[in-house]
Amino acid sequence: MIYNQAQWVDDEDDKYEPLLSEKAERTVDIEDSPLPEGLTRDSLSLPDPAEPELARHYTRLSQMNYGVESGPFPLGSCTMKYNPSFTENVAALPEAAVHPDRPDSTLQGTLELCYRLQDYLGRIGGMDAVTLQPPAGAAGEFTGIQIAKAYHRHNDDERSEVIIPDSAHGTNFATAAMAGYDVVELPSADDGRVDIDALEAAVGEETAALMLTNPNTLGLFERDIEEIADIVHDAGGLLYYDGANLNALLGRARPGDMGFDVMHYNVHKTFATPHGGGGPGAGPVGVTEELGQFLPDPHVREANGGYEHYAPDRSIGKVHGYYGNWPVLVKTFAYIARLGDSGLADASAKAVLNANYLAEQIPYDVPFGPFHHEFVASASPQDAADAAKRMLDYGVHPPTTKWPEIVDEALMTEPTEGESKRSLDQLAAAFEAVHGEDDGTLADAPQRTAAKRIDQVSAARSPRLSWQALDY
Amino acid sequence: MSESDVSTTGSPYAPHTPAETAAMLDALGVDDIDALFDVPESVAFDGEFGIEARGERETRRTATQILRRNDSLTEFLGRGHYEHYVPSVVDDLSSRSEFLTSYTQYQPEVAQGFLQALFEYQSMLVELTGLGVANCSMYDEATALGEAATLSQRVRSVSGDRILVPEQLRDGKRAVLENYADGPGLSVESYAMADGQADVDALADAADEDVAMVYAETPTVRGLVEENLAAIGDVATENGALFCLGSDPVALALLERPADVGADVVVGDAASLGTGTAYGFGLGMFVTREEYLRQIPGRLVGVSEDAAGRRAYTLTLQTREQHIRKERATSNICTNQAWVALRAAMHAAWLGPQGLVDLANESVTRAEGLAARLDEVVGIQAPVHDGHHFREFVAHTDQPAQAVVGDLADEGFAVHAIDEHLIQVCPTEVTADDEAAFVDALAEVAK
Repeated sequence: MIYNQAQWVDDEDDKYEPLLSEKAERTVDIEDSPLPEGLTRDSLSLPDPAEPELARHYTRLSQMNYGVESGPFPLGSCTMKYNPSFTENVAALPEAAVHPDRPDSTLQGTLELCYRLQDYLGRIGGMDAVTLQPPAGAAGEFTGIQIAKAYHRHNDDERSEVIIPDSAHGTNFATAAMAGYDVVELPSADDGRVDIDALEAAVGEETAALMLTNPNTLGLFERDIEEIADIVHDAGGLLYYDGANLNALLGRARPGDMGFDVMHYNVHKTFATPHGGGGPGAGPVGVTEELGQFLPDPHVREANGGYEHYAPDRSIGKVHGYYGNWPVLVKTFAYIARLGDSGLADASAKAVLNANYLAEQIPYDVPFGPFHHEFVASASPQDAADAAKRMLDYGVHPPTTKWPEIVDEALMTEPTEGESKRSLDQLAAAFEAVHGEDDGTLADAPQRTAAKRIDQVSAARSPRLSWQALDY
Repeated sequence: MSESDVSTTGSPYAPHTPAETAAMLDALGVDDIDALFDVPESVAFDGEFGIEARGERETRRTATQILRRNDSLTEFLGRGHYEHYVPSVVDDLSSRSEFLTSYTQYQPEVAQGFLQALFEYQSMLVELTGLGVANCSMYDEATALGEAATLSQRVRSVSGDRILVPEQLRDGKRAVLENYADGPGLSVESYAMADGQADVDALADAADEDVAMVYAETPTVRGLVEENLAAIGDVATENGALFCLGSDPVALALLERPADVGADVVVGDAASLGTGTAYGFGLGMFVTREEYLRQIPGRLVGVSEDAAGRRAYTLTLQTREQHIRKERATSNICTNQAWVALRAAMHAAWLGPQGLVDLANESVTRAEGLAARLDEVVGIQAPVHDGHHFREFVAHTDQPAQAVVGDLADEGFAVHAIDEHLIQVCPTEVTADDEAAFVDALAEVAK
């Protein structure tokens, strides 16, 4: 398949779609304000397009953008699934649009939906209690690690280290550091999994937690998970589950059953709420019964035949100003309620089938295995970033590139259950075509996208981050 | 189609026909999908969550039935979460699937549309604040404040671990800040307020060289335009601390430019544009001086050129981010609120500068007008604080505030109870038609 992305070029200045400020900027002086002059600004300059101009501008911009509904988007570890329209519709119900400070008694619908979603997520993760507050996966990590810290503090057992495998998501490292922990990086074993000997050597009385995802970012299930849990627990640490890869396990295994004490769910990945160009997401956190007392405030419980907010006994406080990214949670609820046991299990089954099928079809070397939802191919001797740019010309979004570093020139690929055999074959054909191309062709790619290859280096060397910083 | 005709077996979004599934399994040389799962028996789960699958129509009905258990109230509520009218065109344009279903712009050549929209959002915040650099979103104002506190520790020339915040601060904001402060060992301390605004003398007494950041808000949590911003900024500067100002884009269209009063960082919730009331759903603003560029949390969109020589946009300075710098990243934020930022920019552009200023002016007159009307009500004195109000105000009730709030809910209205005899009221253009009925209802319950 050949792809040509829409491209809007202004023929006067030979630029792509002009900025709104170039189309219709207007400056107004602030006068006739009910405030005294000393408390107001002098003037304000902003774009002032008429509504038809505004509509055309954003429609053109959307055409110069690629989403899951444009074509395959196998961005490894990002889990780009199809996003059902009806969940958008449910989240947009007028009854969902409420202010968070209303009395509980007037918000029984919202509280019931929260309560039911807490229950759903608890069942799916094998966790005893779930908070919906964290507004993203990394915020969920932060919440989980603060809970772990609160647990150790409560036991008068402050610890200084968090252990993280070298294949882990970068957010794990940043989160541990943000919470004030020293990071101990754990090298992977030759098979791409946790090296048990290295783990034995790394744990100790300073170990607050091990952060792990399972399957890991290479798509490999950590088969020794029970032994890993024992090692961490015997040292007095907690086991944290990064839920970014949970789409691979729905109905097949549960973090709680594997010995994890605390986990986050990336509901925007696993339960198909759209990524919106980089958010909003939501990162609910599940914990064992022992850790429930540390969950953020407020939490929802049943009371007097209805529902109410309350603060858990030893709550860590709050990680979001209000209740998290509520519309995302409504979509999550609708998605889980729609699919149920059979649909959730089937989503994982087809996601794993798709990843394995695609790995089998492509000409690139795919080390390690067997895979679950994603695999990491090696583009070597090609440059993975160049190969990815060339894939764009074939109407597919490329995989995640150059990560994890364990694989040379990594192409980390996750097709998800939303791709049909036909679209997987199209993806495979794109890999095949790019595999056969020379370095020059790759370096000149992409050719059929709205913009041609963009110079990232000069963008970073002389940052211009607003239209005020441009000479136009 | 009747409900029973709807397939609820398997994922409705996995497009595989049985024949295709069989062909794929055949290509893999296995008999069934179970063979592909590498899960040891000892941790395998039987798949029974006890969640029954439903058809789409039934799911919508279920969700609607649950949400309809909310009482229908007219909300005169604010304190950080506001409902302004969102034009229909924002819903339609932001819902285009190329925006909605895209991801972080790791391949800028196919993501120019979203990148340009975010660049435009950043630019609007630069205009509103007068500061040089805005990121393209944090989760909400509370988390943005937390990030500002950790930034202050990174950029401050002398050491010191105190963060000074107003004693009147939304509980949720303070609680989030405490969590962000916990890791780097910052201590959050309050300075006094007088009549709803900062007590600058008390602040000056509290400040010393161990202060890393001074935080103030305009409007304050009680709805007052803060009149001492420059003096607060001076206290911060004299002690070598960062001056962080909290506000929102509607207020910033009218009030003094943060850059002009010495602000080093502006945080706040930009969801006052583009979102409306969504149970606290937020859009954290983060704007700061160019000199802190390499210490900024979150994503930045910059301008570059493509191979055709045309202006193009890309995420930039990604070496600050966790996928490259890991534990040395400036923040763990990865997924942010990009789509909400898109909506805020659309809303601002729809209003235009005059529309935004008009909305801000109306936020002053409507609050002060309603306060004057409530002051006529027996049992109510409003506003409690002297000064200029923006969007909201505090009123004194002779009856206990909780009882007033409860009785008002029975009448179909919601306001905040913020103290034993204090309520807070926030009217906007959305509640304009309900003001008269609200005054009548309050007259009934406040006696």
